[in-house]
Order: sequence, then C-alpha cells, then structure tokens
Amino acid sequence: METTRLIMVAVGGQGNLLASKVLGEAALISGVPVRMSEIHGMAQRGGVVESAIVFGDATSSIISDGEADILMGFEPAETLRALNRCSKNTKVITNTATLPPFTVSIGKGVYPEVEKTKELLKEKCASLVAIDAMKLAKEAGTPMSVNIVLLGALVQSGGLGFTKEDVIEAIKRRTKKAFLDMNLKAFEMGYEAAQNYSS
Amino acid sequence: MHKLLNDSPGEKIMLLGNEAIARGAVEAGVAFATTYPGTPSSEISLNLFQMSQESDLYFEYSTNEKVALEVAAAAANSGLRTFCMMKHVGLNVAADPLMTLAYVGVTGGMVILTADDPSMFSSQNEQDNRYYAKFGNLPMLEPSSVPEAKEMIKYAFELSEELNQPVLLRTTTRINHSNAYVTFGDIKPMQTKGRFEKDPGRCVTVPVVSRQLHVKVLEKMNRAKRIAETSEFNLIEGSGKFGIIANGVSYHYAQDAVKDLSIENNAKILRLGFSNPMPEQQIKDFLADCEKVLVIEEGEPFMEEAVKAFAQETGIIILINGKSEALFSRLYEYDPAMVRKNMADYFGIEYTPTEKLSVDNVPEIPMRPPNLCSGCSHRATFYEIQQAAKDMDIICPNDIGCYTLGFMPPLSTGDFVICMGSSVSSSCGFSQATDQKVVSVIGDSTFFHSGMTGLVNAVFNNHNFTLVILENDITAMTGHQPHPGVDMERFGLSGFGRVNIEKVVKAFGVEHVSIIKPFKVKKSIETIKEALAYKGVSVIISQEPCALYAKSLKLLKPRAFKVSDKCVDHRDCINTIACPSFYLEDEKVKIDADTCVGCAVCAQICPENAITPLKK
Repeated sequence: METTRLIMVAVGGQGNLLASKVLGEAALISGVPVRMSEIHGMAQRGGVVESAIVFGDATSSIISDGEADILMGFEPAETLRALNRCSKNTKVITNTATLPPFTVSIGKGVYPEVEKTKELLKEKCASLVAIDAMKLAKEAGTPMSVNIVLLGALVQSGGLGFTKEDVIEAIKRRTKKAFLDMNLKAFEMGYEAAQNYSS
Repeated sequence: MHKLLNDSPGEKIMLLGNEAIARGAVEAGVAFATTYPGTPSSEISLNLFQMSQESDLYFEYSTNEKVALEVAAAAANSGLRTFCMMKHVGLNVAADPLMTLAYVGVTGGMVILTADDPSMFSSQNEQDNRYYAKFGNLPMLEPSSVPEAKEMIKYAFELSEELNQPVLLRTTTRINHSNAYVTFGDIKPMQTKGRFEKDPGRCVTVPVVSRQLHVKVLEKMNRAKRIAETSEFNLIEGSGKFGIIANGVSYHYAQDAVKDLSIENNAKILRLGFSNPMPEQQIKDFLADCEKVLVIEEGEPFMEEAVKAFAQETGIIILINGKSEALFSRLYEYDPAMVRKNMADYFGIEYTPTEKLSVDNVPEIPMRPPNLCSGCSHRATFYEIQQAAKDMDIICPNDIGCYTLGFMPPLSTGDFVICMGSSVSSSCGFSQATDQKVVSVIGDSTFFHSGMTGLVNAVFNNHNFTLVILENDITAMTGHQPHPGVDMERFGLSGFGRVNIEKVVKAFGVEHVSIIKPFKVKKSIETIKEALAYKGVSVIISQEPCALYAKSLKLLKPRAFKVSDKCVDHRDCINTIACPSFYLEDEKVKIDADTCVGCAVCAQICPENAITPLKK
C-alpha cells in the first residue's frame, strides 16, 4: 500500500492528539496500516504539539523535513512554521483563526498576516485549503470542535485511503458521547467548507 | 474496567507505546511495580497506578528512583514479578542499588525500564543508557516498535527468571510516545505474595561475598550471551554484500531506506534487539560475507565499537562505520531521510533527495516557547523573590519541574540547574564560594526526591542561603502524580500517610522557617525579605495548589479579571509578571477572560489599581 505522510501541528490544548486518535481508529476500521508519533512534552504549557501519522506500508513512525504529503495546521502561524516539513507536492490544510503566541502579546515579535501566510502556502505547496475552523466549531456548538472541523476538511481533501463514513464511525467511537452531535455537525461543516473552498 | 485490564486475547487496539508496555507487564503477570515519574516514561506508571486500584497489582510512586529500585529489589527477591520504570536520568539516581543488585540477582522476574530521550524533548541531557547494561552486567532488550515493546517486556520477565538477573528494557521517546495497533495476548495470573528465603551468601554483600558474586555475574552474562546468539530479537533480513546493523527505531528507518533506495537484493540488515551481551558469533558470521558495513544507532557508538572489535578478532578486514563527520552524529535523534541519505552515500547508491522548499520570503515567525500557566503560583513567587531581593546581587539555583521555566525573562529566577535536588546542594556551594546572596527554589515533589539531603547538609555545615519550597500539592510537570506531601483523599484513595514539609524542615534544624501564600503579594515580599536578612539557612514554603490541578479537581473556580479604563499603560503587569492571559489590542493591555483564573497577582501590582474583577 502506498505511504501517505501526514503532519499535524497545533498549539497545546487544541485537541490534535484526539484528532490523531480518530484518524488511527478510522485507519483500523478501513484496514489501513498506521503508525503515529507525537511530541507533547510541554504541551500543557502553551507550546507547540506536533503529530506525525504515517499511513501505509512504510515502517517508520516519524516524518522527515520536506517529506509530508499532507500538512494540517490548527493555527496559521504554526502552519507556516511547519513549511520546512513540506515539499512542492504537499497538500496543505489550515485553520485561519489565530492564536498569537505570548511573545507577540507582549510586543516581542510580529504575528505574520494571515492573508500573506495563505499566499505563501499556496505559492510553495501543491494545494491549499484555508478555513476558519474556530468560527465553524462555534457554529456547530462548541469551540472545542476545532479539531473535528479540521478533520472534516482533511477527509474531503482525500489521499488518506479511507472513506468519510469510516471517519464518522471513528468519531463515534473515540469522542465523548456528550459532544457527539456537535462533533458530527462540526465534521460535516469542515467537510463542506473544504468542498466549497476555492483559493 | 481499565482498558489495559481487558482479558480479551486477540483484541486489536491503538495504544501509546507506554500503554503497550504497561499492558505487556500485565500480560506477564507483574505483581509489583515502582517508579518515580519522568517523561518520556510517565504514562507507563500512570496506567499501572490506575490499574492497581482495580486489581491485585501493587504499585507505588516512590520518593525517588533509588528508593523505587530498592523497594522493587526486595519484592523481586521475595519471588514476585517486579517492574521498576524511570526516565534515563532517573537511572543515575538508582545507579547505586543497580550496580550491586546486579551481583545479588533476583528470584522473581525483574524488569528495569529506562526511557532514554534522544534530542532531549523533555530532559536535561541525552545520555545513552545502554552503557548501564554493559557497566552493570545486565542483559538488555531494545524494542523497535510499539507492538514489539509489549512482546519484549513479557520476554524480559522470562529471561530475568532464567538468569536470576534483573533485565534492562531500554526505550527511546519515539517508542514511548508513538501509537500503533497492538494485539492483546493472554494475561498470566499474578503471584501477589512471596517469601524471602534467607541467603546471606548471596544477599549480604560484604566483600567476601561480593568477590564470589562477581564471578557468578560474569558466568550469568556468559549464559546470557549464549541466549542472545539465538534470540528471536536478534534477526537478520535480506541478503547481499552491504551489511547494515541497527537497533531501536533506527531499524525501521533502515528498513524503509533499503526499500526506498531499491537495494533489497544487495543489502542485509541485522537488527539487535537483545543487545547486551551482544551475540558475538552471530555478528561475526554476519560480517563474514559483507563487503562494507554501516552501523545505525542513535546516541553513542555502542554497537559500532563492539562490532569493530569483533571484526578485529576474526581478522575480517572490511570498512565498518557509523559515527563520523560524513555519516551519523552522536547528537539528537535520527529520521528516515537522514538514514536514507547516509545509506546512499555510504554504499554509493544514486538517489535524488527531496527538494527542500525555499523559505527565503517567509517572514520570521514569533517563537512559541512553553510558559508557566495562567494563574500559576510559581509566577507569583518568582516575582516576589525578585522584588524582595531588588538591588541585591543574587544567585538563584533552580531545580527540575515546571518552575524551571522561571529562568526566562521577565521572571529570570533560575541561574543554575543540573539535576533533581541540585538547587539545595548547589546553594551550599555558591554561598560558601561567593559573597553573592543565594536564594534557591525547589518544588515539593523534587524536595522529597532529593532536596532533603541537601538541606540536612546545609544545616550541618551551617551554610547561608534561603530556600523557597514551592508546595503546589502535586508533581505537576509529569502530569499530576502524587508525592509524599499530597492528600491522597483527593485521588479518592485512603490508607496513605502524608508528610508535612514544614515539620520536616523544622525537624532538620532549620531555625528560620516561614510560610507564604504567594497570591498575597505584599505580605509575601515582606516575609521573603525577612528570610533574606537572616544569616544561616532559612526556608520559605510557598503554598498554593497547581492551578491546572486545582481546576481539574474543581477546587478552583476561575473568576476572570479585566483591565479597566483607569489603565494608563505602565504595563508593569506584562513587563514584570508576563502571565499568558495578557494580550495587546490596539496597543492596550487586555486580559483573556477564557484563560484568566483570577489569581489577582496583576491586580495587586498595578500602580493605578486598574485591574478589577470582571463582573458577570
């Protein structure tokens, strides 16, 4: 089976580890081999959390710089920071809702303009889907669903080797029952937003 | 029921490496487990702690790794299957019992896990603990993947019982913190009570005994070597004149590289999973028909030097390389592209590396360093120390925990950190060797771990410094584990003792002891000033629960503050305490109501009293 390498970058607390778990479950449901690696040492303290997910026959569980087939960023500046993980063949999906780092809040650093970020990602990579996942998550019922909105966009963009239904089943198995309806709505909204996205 | 206790052989489940290891221990019938928490090993113990509450497994968070290993050594010498786990630097703390326990051996299976951290994702060094196996005469196993980690720990218990020797299981972060599908096996019933059979000729290590024991250890290691020669964990795959020897995660990078470079018909890989003692004959046979050999191992040239020595003994003259300027580094973790490139260069294979993107026109992206949480009491204490010591020439030895982050500006409280407990003992040295004022900080868990002996030393040798103990009621850094000062009722557990830090400190003979509530800023500063003025050892205990932990227990009900119109933009709040709840909007300071917990420290330092509770 061909190998697909997905990098997800987020800020601690955005729920990308849960997103990884859902994708892992979807892979199990559909019979796609998967290995994942995460770095979350100081995540709770506002640092960057990165997950690498390798679908298919490769046996490594991490992804080298320049070798991500898909980059999904939960925060636009973090997506841009992860550009070194991409090549010109990488598909990029990013949230456009910003979470400025504290260094910016106290005036020590300039936050990159979101429009400029989108331009750069589009210019350098194979494709770009940029959506305001925070806005959609709130519409779906909870800002906590940002991760699930993004999963919707990811699945719509294709290339993972499993279907939308597989992921919906995985969301049912892996996310809290109390949030299920909101998560399913969030997933659909992300899926649609990616479908309707024209860069 | 805990998911890792499911008696459902054949169930396929996605597990974190550390969960797989905990499950493997359960399947092996482990009855006794001890630890001091440390990343990247912490989730192993967390899961065992949880499972011990619903099974007969005995588990304890010990005060430090030396204690954990000694507690475990007794259980393993009473015939129980015993598991002791720690991060790599923890094994330094446990090295004293380790080296002699290796002479004494065990009667029940004993596995000691060391979780190494190449690249230092959350550690102060990246020492390669494989040398402990060699140094201490311990058989060692190293998994390459998550599912294998589960199988390997089960085998490790069997091997330990076959040799009556503790077995070292060595992982790296990329095993501990990777996820993969794991298939559950049968759970072996555990034996929860043993009996210690007196055997002074083995268990009492006076010189006359130890001289005999050393002979026996070497015999055991000879037996271990014979087992390693045919171990299923030392496997050869492929065939050809290019030889590759790899361990751990590097093995999978090598496998992928061989495939990517299409050299499946020219290359063979020897993966060493049972790596101490090394399977000498197997390696010599492997070398015999190679033209060139590449050794791939993160860290030090542990295998490479041994392989070169084996080649010398057999008179094999071929190029064997691994660590060099042109090939692999002793620094940091490896990755698949690095292994692919070095393999191609070394064996002269043509290949096109992935084209890197040009990032010339990408603007500089502001860093996102980890920070103390909103409402973290350490921030308040650090601010108060700096205020109390204003205009003094101070040295602030810091220690290992969340509060190490206090070294960053603007708090800038942290000048010297080398290991757990070093804040206290290094304060002794600094205060004696310089005329600078010394005020050091240590967390409560770290104080119990190894700060206490330093404090006793300070009292005895009459040193002159102020120690601030940050008592936040939990081991926060590694994910909220208990420690001896914790009220275990909060975990819903009874039957535990509780050690009071103030009483301990006073019992040690510290004469100047004070307590502060760090969210009372003015009073705390006054109290710290008094302690700084005292000549001799003074201790301040700063009491406030970890905000994250208190929130999770619902002990803390966040009550956000706001910046009112009275603000005239001094920015003392942002510039001196730098809580992450502050942000600037149109050049005005604002407080994020979603993250502010209402500690009110900023409100107390605002010269205009412009920070006030947000009324809902």
